[in-house]
Amino acid sequence: MSTVMHPSAAVSGDPLIIAGVEYHSRLLVGTGKYKDMEETRAATEASGAEIVTVAIRRTNIGQNADEPNLLDVISPQQYTLLPNTAGCYTAEDAIRTCRLARELLDGHDLVKLEVLGDEKTLFPDIMQTLQATEVLVKDGFKIMVYTNDDPIVAKRFEELGCVAVMPLAAPIGSGLGIRNPYNIMTIVENATVPILVDAGVGTASDAALAMELGCDGVLMNTAIAGARDPVLMASAMKKGIEAGREAYRAGRIPRKRFASASSPIDGTFF
Amino acid sequence: MHIILNGDQREFPDSLSASQLLQDLGLTGKRLALEINREIVPRSTFESHIIQPGDQIEIVHAIGGG
Repeated sequence: MSTVMHPSAAVSGDPLIIAGVEYHSRLLVGTGKYKDMEETRAATEASGAEIVTVAIRRTNIGQNADEPNLLDVISPQQYTLLPNTAGCYTAEDAIRTCRLARELLDGHDLVKLEVLGDEKTLFPDIMQTLQATEVLVKDGFKIMVYTNDDPIVAKRFEELGCVAVMPLAAPIGSGLGIRNPYNIMTIVENATVPILVDAGVGTASDAALAMELGCDGVLMNTAIAGARDPVLMASAMKKGIEAGREAYRAGRIPRKRFASASSPIDGTFF
Repeated sequence: MHIILNGDQREFPDSLSASQLLQDLGLTGKRLALEINREIVPRSTFESHIIQPGDQIEIVHAIGGG
């Protein structure tokens, strides 16, 4: 597969490659829960994200004909749009949503597949998600799949042909951070496709931790949109992701129980 | 004729094309996707696709979401 350069990935020694396309940013953001379009635009820009999720919903008929359109502020020319099947509880609804999204976005086939099991937890329904994956892969979609932090299931999605696997850190919108870092680490170690933490981060250190564990990226929405100052938090997340990635590449020191002096012992005059 | 449009019962004249329907709704030129009876209707066929009585029609667009 040939690698296509995302326009803004011009200079980068460490690109994120999803389905053959290079991205410079490892932060992916959602566009829900903002107070208005201007805040959506400003926070998305501050995040530095290149891949941005959108939801597919019924058009309002006969009302607010002139309401601002999301795609006017999040331009498909500037961003890689990632239509998402959020709100779907069956494989069938998720498949319909992906097909409508592909039509809406002129054949764009990169999608975020999310099939939910329960309104209280918003945990994924893995059986339904697997069914939808099989159909959508055959139909030519490139799937970034939302799943739980189970390494066996994550591997299964990769084997089925998903272009990225996205385990949750904690329940969607919970801000609880990474609840099972060892599983995330195992998922990363087993994978040959990008692994992105999707959902559950609360603040910049959570995003940094995901990257330090070796994740290829993080997808988030509420942690930014729900912050007191979403634009500032978007900037913080960008830095958290970059710092975590650099720390991962640099290789942290092992943890030791006791001290190890930073200054040499030799040459002391006292 | 009677159709179901985005979940609501609606009345429209017979022999209406998909593009005429969108025009009646003030949606011409908007970025949207159309599904009729659970089948995608490609934009390229809006002119020729004739709405049938009883059709279940969904018109969707992109909005903010995670």
